[in-house]
Amino acid sequence: MEHKKNDSENHIYLSLFLTFFMIGAFTFGGGYAMIPVIQREIVDKKGWLKKDDLLEMLAVSESTPGPIAINSATFVGYRIGGIGGAFFSTLGVVLPAFVIISLLSFVLDAFSHIKEVKYAFMGIRAGVLALILKAALSMFLQCKKDIFSLFIMVSAFILVAVFSISPVFIILGCALLGIIFTLLMKRRIKK
Amino acid sequence: MILLELFITFFKIGLFTFGGGYAMVPLINAEVLEKGWMTGEQLVNFIAVSESTPGPFAVNISTYIGMETGGILGALCATLGVILPSFIVILAVARFIDAFRKSTLMEGVFTGIKPGAVGLLFAAVISVGLTTLFPDGINGDVFTSPLFLITLITFILMVILSFKKLHPILMIVLSGIIGIAAGHIFDIPV
Repeated sequence: MEHKKNDSENHIYLSLFLTFFMIGAFTFGGGYAMIPVIQREIVDKKGWLKKDDLLEMLAVSESTPGPIAINSATFVGYRIGGIGGAFFSTLGVVLPAFVIISLLSFVLDAFSHIKEVKYAFMGIRAGVLALILKAALSMFLQCKKDIFSLFIMVSAFILVAVFSISPVFIILGCALLGIIFTLLMKRRIKK
Repeated sequence: MILLELFITFFKIGLFTFGGGYAMVPLINAEVLEKGWMTGEQLVNFIAVSESTPGPFAVNISTYIGMETGGILGALCATLGVILPSFIVILAVARFIDAFRKSTLMEGVFTGIKPGAVGLLFAAVISVGLTTLFPDGINGDVFTSPLFLITLITFILMVILSFKKLHPILMIVLSGIIGIAAGHIFDIPV
C-alpha cells in the first residue's frame, strides 16, 4: 500500500498504535480471540484492509513462528504503514499486557500466601488442566489424521512425555520429516 | 547473566512456537521449569491469571517470568525475546507472501509441525496433569487424599463444562470457588 511521508505518516503510526493498544487491552486469552476484534477495528471501522487481507493475515500468522497476536499485529502494521507501521502496531498490542502483568506481579506475590488464595488456586489448577486438555483435543480434531500425521503425533508425544526430549528438537525433527515426506509424495505423483 | 539468558530462552520459545495460545505451553513447560524459574504449580496458576487478564498469553507469561527473575529489565528482555522472531519473520515473509505460501518447503514443514504440535500439547497435558493431581508425587495413599479427589472431581466437571462451551474465565472462577469451599470443608493443609 502507498503511503505519504511526514505528517500523514506520523498520523498513521499513532493511529495504528492506538488501535492495536485497544485490541491488546480488551481481548482476553489472546490469539484467536483477537481476530474478530481486528476485523471490527481494522476492516469494518477503519477500512484499512479488506476481508480477504484478513484471511491472508490469519494464514500467514498461523504458518510462521510466534504467537498469532504478535504475528497479526506485525503483518497488518506492515501492510498499512511499512516497517514503522509494523513496529507501532506490535508495540501497541504488547504494551497493555506488559504494563498490567508487571504491576500484577507484585500483587500476585503478596496475595499468594493467603489461605483462601491457595485454596482457590487448588481448584483453578484443575480448571486450567481442563482448558489445556480441551485445546489439545480441538487441535487434534483440526489436524489431518493420515498415517504420517498420526505417526508424528504419537512419536512427538512419547518422546516428550516419556523420554523428556526438548520440544525444540521435536519441532525441528517434525519439520524435517515433513519436508522429506512432502518431497517423496510429490515425486510419487509425478511418476 | 540472567538478562541475556531470559532473552535467549524466550527468543527460542517464540521461534519454535507455531499457532496461538496454548501452543506455547509445551515449550514454556520444558524451558522454564528446567531452568528453575518457576515451579509446575506456579506455571499452571499463572496460566489462569493470563486467561483472566487482557493481552496475548505469550506476552503475559514472558513479562511475568521476566519480572520474577530479573525485575523490570528482565520483563523487558523476556518480552522482547518472545516478540522478535515473529517481528523479523513476518517482515521477511510479508514481501514474498505468495512465494512463501506456495513453496514446497513450507508445505513440508507444516505437514510435519502441525501433528507434532498436537503430540507436544498432549505431552504437556500429562506433565501439567501430574503436577496438578499429584503435587507431592505418587505414593501409597495419595489416591484417597482429599486434595487428589477434589482436584479430580473439579477437573472432570470442568472438562464437561468446557464442552458445554462455558467461557474460560467463568470456568476459572467456578473452579476457584469449588477450591475455596472444598478446602475449608475438608480442612486441607496448604
